[in-house]
Amino acid sequence: MDLSKATFWGYKRENGRIGVRNHVIILPVDDLSNAAAEAVAHNIKGTMALPHPYGRLQFGADLDLHFRTLIGTGANPNVAAVVVICIEEGWAKKVADGIAATGKPVAYFGIEQHGDHDTIMRASKKAKEFVQWASELRREERPLKDLWVSTKCGESDTTSGCGANPTVGNAFDKLYPHGATLVFGETTELTGGEHLVAARCRTDEVRKKFQFMFDRYQAVVEAHKTSDLSDSQPTKGNIEGGLTTIEEKALGNIQKIGRKCMIDGVLDKAEAPTGPGLWFMDSSSAAAEMVTLVAAAGYVVHFFPTGQGNVIGNPILPVIKLCANPRTVRTMSEHIDVDVSGLLRKEMTPDQAGDALLECMFRTANGRLTAAEALGHREFVLTRLYESA
Amino acid sequence: MIHFVVHDENDSVGVVVVEGVKSGATLTGWIMDQDKEITFKAANDIPIGHKLAIKPLAKGDTVIKYGTDIGRVVAPIGLGEHAHVHNIKTKRW
Repeated sequence: MDLSKATFWGYKRENGRIGVRNHVIILPVDDLSNAAAEAVAHNIKGTMALPHPYGRLQFGADLDLHFRTLIGTGANPNVAAVVVICIEEGWAKKVADGIAATGKPVAYFGIEQHGDHDTIMRASKKAKEFVQWASELRREERPLKDLWVSTKCGESDTTSGCGANPTVGNAFDKLYPHGATLVFGETTELTGGEHLVAARCRTDEVRKKFQFMFDRYQAVVEAHKTSDLSDSQPTKGNIEGGLTTIEEKALGNIQKIGRKCMIDGVLDKAEAPTGPGLWFMDSSSAAAEMVTLVAAAGYVVHFFPTGQGNVIGNPILPVIKLCANPRTVRTMSEHIDVDVSGLLRKEMTPDQAGDALLECMFRTANGRLTAAEALGHREFVLTRLYESA
Repeated sequence: MIHFVVHDENDSVGVVVVEGVKSGATLTGWIMDQDKEITFKAANDIPIGHKLAIKPLAKGDTVIKYGTDIGRVVAPIGLGEHAHVHNIKTKRW
């Protein structure tokens, strides 16, 4: 596929970033605000609430990550406008101000001293105004370099490492020279292949930062493990699918970064990249957590290879699923956007598989709903670093 | 028809990519990196996605896949036998 003149149709946001969806979201800052946020989304059609269980009594780095994730979610260019609701107005304002730095329309509401009814009424009026405004925004044709693409695999099996993950790698190798902004992560899931990732870092500085994050995460595992982690990494589903050790899983996992592109930088969780290239994000390997973090970092399309059949989606980030396991493609076809099982029968070349994924990427970017979007998968899962105060 | 795939010719295991492999079946394998074909006899029933040994492995040996160490052998594995959590363990954690 010749990508030198490739374009897609996206929404240009106030800060110049390009989105491929046009969501108006109702964002609760804490668990207590979920009911009001969901009521507003019920009242105003075309809006979407993002309920979650956290936001109270968090502190330090864990609280910073909470705010960074919520602000990043609102700031993502797939989002046109945001209504923020919090039990306390001060924190609603803090999140709203963070999102407003992008220039997009944001309103915030505190529940205390108003109650749910009054909050829902005031927030619904604003949400209606936003959704009608957003419905008149139009897509424009944009160069490929404006597309930010993330990847993370899930419910992997051995077919992931020989089929679906190398397909993502093939697509990444093709996107990279055209100035796309790419990311992968899953820190513990590189265990056994970390030396290969380190060798792909563009500079010693990047390598040092990657190694620091890798070692830090290993220390967390060592501090808390009660066994060799063989009940968690690989998961029961991975083992059912034929994966035996974390090393085997990791070597399959890193097929996603292809064979040519280099790692240009390292990101903290939910941190936005500062330029094009391939980035590594320090992150959990749990699917919904990782996808939520890259959405908060500003990515607009996601490649999700699966083997045994993960069903994940995200509220704001379209998740494209690809699979090379013929049994999963047969039994879970409604979840699979790109079938690359032909690779393992030698009926499809890696190049053809990569092109099939890229073709699906362009269609998705231009507005086609992914399987996860059509099925209503909106897993929004915040990463916690430690206990609340 | 391809029944199993091998990443690299130096690997000690291949991955079954079809359903219903029974003990005694003759299997065609595709070595992807070198684009070669090999033939093996399955010594056990092996589910899709699971591995068979294409080199004999003794206790304590290192298992190679993707040309890289994926763990240690904890019980001997004969040619064509099912290689999984009952005879291979991680070297990490």
